[in-house]
Amino acid sequence: MKELKILGVITFFTLVTYWGVEPLAHSIFHPHVAPADFKFKDLPAVKGNGDVAKGQELVAQNCTACHSIEKAGHPQLMDDATLAMSYGVTPPDLSLAGLIYDENFLANFIKNPTEATKLTHKFDDAGRAFPMPGYAWMSDDEILSIVAYLKSIAPKTASNKEVFESACSRCHDMKYAKITASTPDADIKKYMGSIPPDLSMMIRSRGDHYLETFINDPQKQLHGTAMPRVGLSKDGQAQVIGYLEEVGDSKKQEREDLGPWVLGFLAIMTFFAFLWKREIWNEVK
Amino acid sequence: MAKLEKANSVGEWLDQRLATTKLTKVMMTEYWIPKDINFLWAMGVVLMVTFKLLIISGIFLLMYYKPDVNMAFDSVNFTIMQDVAYGWLFRHIHGVAASVVFLVMYIHMFTGIYYGSYKRGREMIWISGMLLFVLFSAEAFSGYMLPWGQMSYWAAYVITNIFGGIPFIGDELVVWIRGNFYVSDATLTRFFMLHVFLVPLAIIGAIALHFYALRIPHVNNQKGEEIDFEEEANKYKAGNKKRSKVIPFWPVFLSKDIFVLSAFLIFFFYLVFYHYNFAMDPVNFDPADGLKTPAHIYPEWYFLWSYEVLRGFFFDIAGIKAADLGLIAFGIAQVVFMLMPWLDRSPTVAPANQRPYFRVWFWLMLVVLIVLTVYGKLPPTGTNAWIGFYASIAFLLLFVALPFLTAKEAKVGGK
Repeated sequence: MKELKILGVITFFTLVTYWGVEPLAHSIFHPHVAPADFKFKDLPAVKGNGDVAKGQELVAQNCTACHSIEKAGHPQLMDDATLAMSYGVTPPDLSLAGLIYDENFLANFIKNPTEATKLTHKFDDAGRAFPMPGYAWMSDDEILSIVAYLKSIAPKTASNKEVFESACSRCHDMKYAKITASTPDADIKKYMGSIPPDLSMMIRSRGDHYLETFINDPQKQLHGTAMPRVGLSKDGQAQVIGYLEEVGDSKKQEREDLGPWVLGFLAIMTFFAFLWKREIWNEVK
Repeated sequence: MAKLEKANSVGEWLDQRLATTKLTKVMMTEYWIPKDINFLWAMGVVLMVTFKLLIISGIFLLMYYKPDVNMAFDSVNFTIMQDVAYGWLFRHIHGVAASVVFLVMYIHMFTGIYYGSYKRGREMIWISGMLLFVLFSAEAFSGYMLPWGQMSYWAAYVITNIFGGIPFIGDELVVWIRGNFYVSDATLTRFFMLHVFLVPLAIIGAIALHFYALRIPHVNNQKGEEIDFEEEANKYKAGNKKRSKVIPFWPVFLSKDIFVLSAFLIFFFYLVFYHYNFAMDPVNFDPADGLKTPAHIYPEWYFLWSYEVLRGFFFDIAGIKAADLGLIAFGIAQVVFMLMPWLDRSPTVAPANQRPYFRVWFWLMLVVLIVLTVYGKLPPTGTNAWIGFYASIAFLLLFVALPFLTAKEAKVGGK
């Protein structure tokens, strides 16, 4: 019983030290932020009636000059480098927009992109124009028609990789998945102020807990960052984080499957080691 | 050489040439250990096995690691972690063992302090042990640089900078250590050499010395009792096993160690599979970038107490610069534990709880070290800086007070 007491003392001091250098230190390094808000409650609700056919017409008139929509027969007209040179950043293909982004966010984004992405400090306030003009001059019905059309052409599902590429890879590289940002480095540096980090190991360096609030609203964790809030829906963001995990922590499943076997083996070993020790020490005690 | 008889078995053949029977007796079956011990006496074997885990996992990592600033990060995080079969397992074992080995070393060290196992002929055991601690620190620091992540780079930058504070030669010394004016490819490659060759070699030598140092004074026991090992061994060999105060290393001592070791391995592998972030800092999964200073730079947890002593002195005192004071205090902190046998002036070898003054010193020291460790990680601003300052002063004062306390205790008499 004396030995259990000693073990208790050691465990106590070890845990106090652990608590100090891990949970306590991390709570101070990363102050708690409000949980991710997938309703984007800070944005006004755009109300009205959207009409798919009208939306199709509006998209053809207003969007496809810059945006490709591969799924709806609007292919990319120029190569990435030319697009980036023309607009500052490659405009996204809109095929998946209706699937992966929140509906109300999309409507707000079309009306006023820098407000929705929380980038007014990089553009409006700095006297620069966001590459995409706002469409606040349209009626809410027209805006919602565009959203309705984008939703109508979007596939029902997409792979994690497709979602990631659509939402992240115009700016970010992910070299462990052999993905290179569609905007060339020189252009993206001019556009963002610095080259956005490679995302290969983000799942280990940031962890899913941080990414959950960061991707949802980058300003919350990294105030003043040039990274836009992209407005991924809850499911869309889960797919992006899922892909970060597939690439950066590809052996997670193997790790979690092997763990119980090793620990089980050791538990059995400990049991027999105890029996053996007792037998041996019975002779001398 | 005596006339050689024909051997009847391989064992006999080897015995004729290598004296294996005698060797087994000396090293195992007649190497005597006190019987009055608890599981803390198993920490030596636990450390030995953890060191072996480090070597074995290290060998596998070495097969794929590239000590080059352009390749190091990807060779670790892509090739080893994701491409090579079970590479992640070896890296997790290596990373977690590097951290846990320090936890066990601290337990081992404080067991020695608590039971007074550094005096009455055991000084060389203590000194060789503290030498091992220094070598393991060098090994941990050099290894931490290898993945070439943000923490690797900035820890290398901050720690090599410390040497710049040494009078006269400081600046030249920093350049000499780095092999360049800044932390660079030359720095990485030389620390790689230190990590995989020179320091491990020195560690193995120091372990041999540490084990050998145990032979003459023998292992201490729970009461600090002086045992006549020869007499007790004779009792044991005569079959009086229950009344003898000693046990042989094999199988009796090791049977207990193996049980403790097995239980320890459950804890260890739990960390390897499920709880590794404390040992593999997430920040280090960002590639090294000399132009982007991380928000918080801190060493691994086992260096935090001495790091806090270094930065605890944050203002000039009596015309001496804060940085110099910190460096002096840091220098003292590195060697002062080695002087324990001479700072403790009481000849009594007994557990701390039976020594009226030393008992207070022991627990205060433990608390001060934990305070230093915790505040060594927190940002050194406002109250934190002052707590760090006072804890550093308390740490130094405890060592100043130790000779007086123990001398007085010797007069009053323990127990």
